[in-house]
Amino acid sequence: MALISNGQFVSDSWRRLADEEALPQSGKIIVSQERLAHALAAHGAHSDIGVIIHNTTEIDTLAPVLPQLGLIAISFPAFADGRGFSLARLIRRAGFSGELRASGRLLADQYAHALGCGFDTVEIPDDIAQRQDESQWRAASKTHQRTYQRGYVSSGSILDARRKAAQ
Amino acid sequence: MTIPDTHVASRHNHPATTYRYDQFDHAFVRERVAEFREQVARRLSGALTEDEFRPFRLMNGLYLQLHAYMLRVAIPYGTLTADQMRRLAEIADRWDKGYGHFTTRQNLQYNWPKLIDTPDILEALADVEMHAIQTSGNCIRNVTADHFAGVAADEIEDPRPTAEFLRQWSSAHPEFSFLPRKFKIAITGATLDRAAILAHDIGLRLVKNDTGDIGYCVTVGGGLGRSPFIGKVICEYVPRASLLAYLEAIMRVYNRYGRRDNKYKARIKILVHEKGIETIRAAVEKEFAAMDQTAFLQDPQEFDRVAASFAPPPYETLPAKSLQLAKDRQEIPAFDHFVSVNVSPHKTAGYAIVTVSLKPISGIPGDATSHQMRVLADASERFGFGELRVSHEQNIILPHVKQDDLFALWQMLDAADLATANAGLVSDIISCPGLDYCSLATARSIPIAQAISQRFSDMARQRRIGKLGIKISGCINACGHHHIGAIGVLGLEKKGQESYQITLGGDPGFSASIGEILGPGVSADQVPDVIEHLVDFYLAERHETEAFIDTWRRLGHARFKDVLRREGEDGADI
Repeated sequence: MALISNGQFVSDSWRRLADEEALPQSGKIIVSQERLAHALAAHGAHSDIGVIIHNTTEIDTLAPVLPQLGLIAISFPAFADGRGFSLARLIRRAGFSGELRASGRLLADQYAHALGCGFDTVEIPDDIAQRQDESQWRAASKTHQRTYQRGYVSSGSILDARRKAAQ
Repeated sequence: MTIPDTHVASRHNHPATTYRYDQFDHAFVRERVAEFREQVARRLSGALTEDEFRPFRLMNGLYLQLHAYMLRVAIPYGTLTADQMRRLAEIADRWDKGYGHFTTRQNLQYNWPKLIDTPDILEALADVEMHAIQTSGNCIRNVTADHFAGVAADEIEDPRPTAEFLRQWSSAHPEFSFLPRKFKIAITGATLDRAAILAHDIGLRLVKNDTGDIGYCVTVGGGLGRSPFIGKVICEYVPRASLLAYLEAIMRVYNRYGRRDNKYKARIKILVHEKGIETIRAAVEKEFAAMDQTAFLQDPQEFDRVAASFAPPPYETLPAKSLQLAKDRQEIPAFDHFVSVNVSPHKTAGYAIVTVSLKPISGIPGDATSHQMRVLADASERFGFGELRVSHEQNIILPHVKQDDLFALWQMLDAADLATANAGLVSDIISCPGLDYCSLATARSIPIAQAISQRFSDMARQRRIGKLGIKISGCINACGHHHIGAIGVLGLEKKGQESYQITLGGDPGFSASIGEILGPGVSADQVPDVIEHLVDFYLAERHETEAFIDTWRRLGHARFKDVLRREGEDGADI
């Protein structure tokens, strides 16, 4: 797996814990949705617990534990399955301020979409990382300089720029 | 890149009557072209696999068809300038085979471009403020509108400023670019629906509320294809300021809950059908209430800026009736027929709306040669303030012609084989490209349209029959809108043979209905016979000026079925 942050391939400070693996005493770990309640109970409330969730997750089921989480990874089962983009919006709207990660077969061509919907990082399998190297992700982070939409994360909305230009 | 136009120098003596890009729109479209150029290069280098490249090429209008790539260019809300039309002609000559095909969704398709050329074509479009963004793919498609917008006598408000807002809002949307399936929005501001809004995923109708404020009646879940549905009202009145927020709420509900397990059940119409409109309405309203609407509230200053660009051209003050026109009509019967069939009332005294038919008898519906495109561009500058429209019926509209000029315009059109006086008549057939071009098609469409057109080639007979919509699709995806044709024809494949299913009673307007199947499929040869029998029965049974659909509704489907049964017994082999 490769992790992209700010248009760069970076090392991952989080470790994905397999369900059969015992909970470690320390370190940042990402657990499955099924194991989340147990992990939080065992670790107490601190931000070293992350969770990977399905893109069909209802935000209401997650809302109570959001303040206890340091990371939420939303899985993208296929790059063309855009449910994760809407779920990211809902998670941000619910007040989550930790790291929001898109995990799956995302393409560099979707990086701007991911950032716009509130993701911080993208985690991709090695075969994509080999074909789409860091330079492509770095370029992709700059392909949508201004967006027509307001209310999304971007380097600026066109409407706001128009306003400024008219002053 | 700029292509010098050798045919007619651009004339900028006309005020803008449509939206013009500002620096930010220009930058946005250039950025998208540059992005696609990179994507093509990355496809060729192997950075993108064909499966990965596919949605991005589709979002830039590029399909892989039966014989070649096809590029679908957006004509947002069907409005284009003379310069833009000329550019379409130049592209047809330089990168295609000298013609283009106007579609039912206010797009233009080139059937023979090369993959490697498409970034240059997109650049050439960007030069004249055009693009192919989101004319395909599982995203919000080109927003369509009433082709008589701004000039119709029956209008509450010109829908194009709203449509332009929607074009901008939906372009490269961060959240809604990977939807379960394609998503089509249509809008009308008139009391007569010429945009078939109830056959769209979202239909918007401009309405006035009790206090005289203008807002939108929103319908959802309409669509044709293999499971046709008429759109249902989800909200009777959304205030103008809240429209984008309300649409965001609908899109979010659809993006999250629309089916992704089966592409044939992935449109929002299936979600609405399976969950029920009440459930969907509740989900949308919950989302609408939960979201922070401030970012989506319509900015009145911006709306005014956009609306101002659609200002009417400087019309002359003229008498309501042109004496010159009356004289010309009396002298030249062919011109008189053209006026009575292809000319519609304009809201301004002394002006008229002209429909230029792209349905010559036995021709290919919606096709125009580059020469015809240039003639249309010239005609619009000489007679119509340099503005043209494309209708979902696949015709071209000149929206502002002085009645005094109609005769001169008609002569100019006639010389380019563009004066067929059949707008709305039985030979003004909507047809998809069918098996002649399309990889999805199960049967031919164009030759069927040509055969029907040939059968009714007697124009006097056509005028006697009156308005009658025939719509033909070459497969169940229904691009030819057969479900909403008064007479619909659907081409299928049965045991290696083309078989055509006839439907009756479809209606694209506010009284929308889906056509009912007449009986077993017939062969390609039989289609004109069947339609002729149906039309003859209608002529015998109709009350005075009653339209086909009204006669069908009055008599009932069974009576029309009987006609064919009787004909069959008489040995007509149907």
